[in-house]
Amino acid sequence: MKTFPIGGIHPSDNKQWSKAKAIEVLDLPDQVTIPLAQHIGAPATAKVAKGDKVLTGQLIGEASSFMSANIHSPISGTVASVDMLPNGQGLRQQMITIKREGDEWVDTIDRSEELKRECGLSSKEIIAKIKDAGVVGMGGATFPTHVKLSIPDGCKAEILIINGVECEPYLTSDYRTMLELGERMLVGVEILMKAVGVDRAVIGVENNKPDAIAHLRELIAKGGYRGIEVMPLQLRYPQGGEKQLIAAVTGRQVPPPPALPIHVGAVVCNASTTVAVYEAVQKNKPLIERVVTVTGKQIAEPRNLLTRMGTPVEKLIERAGGLPDTDVKVLNGGPMMGRAMVNLSSPVTKGCSGLTVISGDEASRGEASACIKCGKCVSACPMGLEPYLISKMSRKKLWDAAEDHNVTDCIECGCCSYSCPANIPLLDYIRLGKQTVMGIIRARAAKK
Amino acid sequence: MANKFFVSPSPHVHGDTTTRGIMADVILALIPALVVSTWVFGFNVLLITAVSILSCVVFEYAIQRFMLRGRNTVGDLSAVVTGLLLAFNLPAGIDWWIVVIGAFVAIAIGKMTFGGLGKNPFNPALTGRIFLLIAYPVQMTDFSVVPAHGSVDAFSGATMLTQIKESGMAAVDNADFMQMLGGVMNGSMGEIGALALILGGLYLLWRKVISWHIPVAVLATMAVFAACMGLGEGGSLVYELPLFHILAGGALLGAIYMATDYSTSPMTHRGMLIYGVGVGALTMIIRLWGAYPEGMSFAIFIMNATVPLINKYCRPVRFGVKHVK
Repeated sequence: MKTFPIGGIHPSDNKQWSKAKAIEVLDLPDQVTIPLAQHIGAPATAKVAKGDKVLTGQLIGEASSFMSANIHSPISGTVASVDMLPNGQGLRQQMITIKREGDEWVDTIDRSEELKRECGLSSKEIIAKIKDAGVVGMGGATFPTHVKLSIPDGCKAEILIINGVECEPYLTSDYRTMLELGERMLVGVEILMKAVGVDRAVIGVENNKPDAIAHLRELIAKGGYRGIEVMPLQLRYPQGGEKQLIAAVTGRQVPPPPALPIHVGAVVCNASTTVAVYEAVQKNKPLIERVVTVTGKQIAEPRNLLTRMGTPVEKLIERAGGLPDTDVKVLNGGPMMGRAMVNLSSPVTKGCSGLTVISGDEASRGEASACIKCGKCVSACPMGLEPYLISKMSRKKLWDAAEDHNVTDCIECGCCSYSCPANIPLLDYIRLGKQTVMGIIRARAAKK
Repeated sequence: MANKFFVSPSPHVHGDTTTRGIMADVILALIPALVVSTWVFGFNVLLITAVSILSCVVFEYAIQRFMLRGRNTVGDLSAVVTGLLLAFNLPAGIDWWIVVIGAFVAIAIGKMTFGGLGKNPFNPALTGRIFLLIAYPVQMTDFSVVPAHGSVDAFSGATMLTQIKESGMAAVDNADFMQMLGGVMNGSMGEIGALALILGGLYLLWRKVISWHIPVAVLATMAVFAACMGLGEGGSLVYELPLFHILAGGALLGAIYMATDYSTSPMTHRGMLIYGVGVGALTMIIRLWGAYPEGMSFAIFIMNATVPLINKYCRPVRFGVKHVK
């Protein structure tokens, strides 16, 4: 069975808490707050003002540049404010607050459950519809999908890879999506193949999800989807990292930055995003809801909730039985790459695949001791870096040395910190080094 | 009860491996060899080992507490490992006060001078052993202790390596490989008992405490070296000489437990192979042409010095440099 070439770890997957829970629709919230920056790139520009009436699915924030994404209202009601509000990390960000009045949809959106398979649109039209619908990568990176699908001049896509790996422990939203919305996803795959002009697509799924693999294979055979293959992958974190997945599936390694996946002929799209593409192209439905896993060892009723964007996080936790009576850390995402939250009234956004509640002793970090030079971080790094060294360089502010040691290659997967026997927060320092060095590189480029 | 609400950057979970766990694994892996040694040399082995471990722990605690004024690090068990390995490198009949001096050099000079665990460039236990070998050459090479078990022939007072040094290839002809494998031969306390050492090594491999690279590189280099020498002598020595050199002296103890010491060995697998080949080659050069019968400790010590250089040039292969498989 295939996997990526170097590094990686095997954290316990902890998917048992929520994997058997079918997707449920969460009740509509009375009020939503919609950040204008829910994606990588420039924030969207607000198209509504206080007092405006909006419908569900109506454009309320417009992409401000190519590298940006549209934002739509997830409910119908009245705009209460357009203001700076704290996000999950407590940082103030521009958000549109909407008070709900019923649930009245924009009439161009096809809300029927019926599967619409045929798509007569051209590649350009497909990409335009995806852009209009504000689709971004829903695995967590929130890269605008239309940008990914716009193949630069001189490049050619050879293979479409659908990321159904979900290597992040605990999370099951992609898994449930593949099981329950598999047909929509496959139509989405066909559409994406057309958009980037390839005749081969591979859906990469780790072999801890045998039922998803079998289910998708059955759907492919039954529906006669041509050129689409499901590839089981060996269980190993961070297989869902874009570069790792491409290497696992094709054996090709994307060269170091600034090279992109397309330089090895690959376009990668997350499984849930592929469903969003289907909805956008076939049903004119913008990205206003998503499946969010709410899970944790001490969460009473873990769930996979179909949630409107902008719903306060605390609503979802409430639905899952509330926080346990212990020390907790609430994560937007999974335990390896998720972000700890301080503000539970902050909204669910496009990149929020799950809320993981880490409880008890696991909630706090253990004390770090001296580096014993065991080299476990070097063996674990999937990018072939020397975490112990670049972490130390960053701590000592040796930015040039860190740059020489390719700190900017780091994908922040956390394998180094995870495997460190001395419990050194290697990634904390490396992240600092990476950001600083990237700033230095940008400044240098600006000077030229 | 009020919840404490924690926030930190990712990752938010941690693997099970801890420094203390790794050290405990090494201690566990060394137990079979300790048992064999006690069986062969008698109860004195446990006494010397206890003195060595206790001295190492006390010196580390005292230096950390009163000189470095840092957090108590005795709990990480690394001083216990050093004490155990130091004892394994001593003859069974050694005086206790020499052990204490060895422990002092190992911990105080070999380890804490550089700031403690992970910062020492040379293996602490070896630092102690080499000091003792130079300072007390007579006591350190006195293997005349009467063994509790085993035939008198196997314990003529000289180690196998001294025999080969003195009487040449006849020592190989006289060697009983099965006895050597089982540990019925003379030598330092922990270096006899090849089978027990290998068993512990397999345990460490299984627990992923060590990787195969260093032990295999060291032993393979020694074997190839010895086979070439055997070739010159002709006959069945091509096979017997490599086996002799791997089973005799501290080859297994050094290759599996001493050369693999984390802070004094390279970080990448490629580096480990180069380092291992260096240790193996130097050991054989000293054994064959040097003044000392055994060269393992010197070889590791010398190669320890090259580790920073190896780390500088043997960096891991960056992802994406090899584009197409």
